Amino acid sequence: MTLKEVKDLLHGEVLCGDELLDSTQIDKAFAADLLSDVLAYAKERTLLITGITNQQVVRTVEMLELCGIVFVRGKKPDAETITLARSKHIPMLTTRYIMFETCGRLYQRGVRGCIECA
Amino acid sequence: MNVHNTAGSDKAGVLEKTFTIQGGDFIRAGEVSSTIKKVLKEIGMDPQIIRRAAIASFEAEINVVCYADHGTVHLTITPDELRIVAEDRGSGIADIELAMQEGFSTATEEIREMGFGAGMGLPNIKKNVDRLFIESTTGEGTRLEMVIEIKPRGTTEMQ
Repeated sequence: MTLKEVKDLLHGEVLCGDELLDSTQIDKAFAADLLSDVLAYAKERTLLITGITNQQVVRTVEMLELCGIVFVRGKKPDAETITLARSKHIPMLTTRYIMFETCGRLYQRGVRGCIECA
Repeated sequence: MNVHNTAGSDKAGVLEKTFTIQGGDFIRAGEVSSTIKKVLKEIGMDPQIIRRAAIASFEAEINVVCYADHGTVHLTITPDELRIVAEDRGSGIADIELAMQEGFSTATEEIREMGFGAGMGLPNIKKNVDRLFIESTTGEGTRLEMVIEIKPRGTTEMQ
C-alpha cells in the first residue's frame, strides 16, 4: 500500500512530506520505542512506527534509509525535528491510535514485519 | 592490503576527513554520520557499504555524545577499504568484553529516555563492519577503529 493509504487507514495527520505519500510504497514496518533496537534490526525501506519524537528518530531513519515515520498515541515532534525530516525527504505522519492498534491495522492490510525473528 | 597512516591526500585514490563531536550534545548527535553518508554517496560508494558505514558511525557517534566530553571521527577511504576511527576523551569502557555483550549497558536515564542505551551499540557496530578494534582506558577515553572492506566492483571504482 502507499503511504497515502496508510494515512487514510490510520486517520493520520501529515507532518511533512505530503508530496511523497503517493509515491512511497509500504510493504514492511518496524514498531519500537527503542532506537537501539531499530538500529540493530530494521531493514531499509521499512516504515517506522514509534512513540519517540526526538531528532534522533529522524537521524536513525536517515542512517537506515527507512521510508517514513508514523508517530503513535497522537504524539508530535517539535518544529525543529519536522524541519530536519523535511530536509532529509522523510515523510512523517501522526495517528491517534496506540502502537498496537496501528500495527494491527497495517498488518490486516498486508504490511509485514521487516524480519521474521530478532 | 592493510593501509595504515594513509598520510597524504597526495596519495592517489585516498580520501581523508576528520570531524569533531561534542559530548552531551544530543540535539546535534548524528550530524557527523549524516555528513559521512553524504560524502560516501557523492563518491558513488556501493549503497550497502554506505548503509553499514552509516549505522556503525551513528552508533559510535551516539556513544561519544553519551559517554565522552568530546571526540573526533576520522574517515579514510582507500580503494580497498573504508575506515572510520572514533576517538574520545571520556569515561572509557571498564570491561570491553562485557560491553560487547548484547544488553549490557551503563546508560543513564537521560540516554534511555532518548531511546538509546539498550546495550546494542557495540554489538551492532561489530555486525556492520568487517573488522573492529577497541582500545579504552577508564577515565581517559576510547578509540574505536571500524573497517569495512570494499570489494572491487567495476561500478564503484573511485579513480
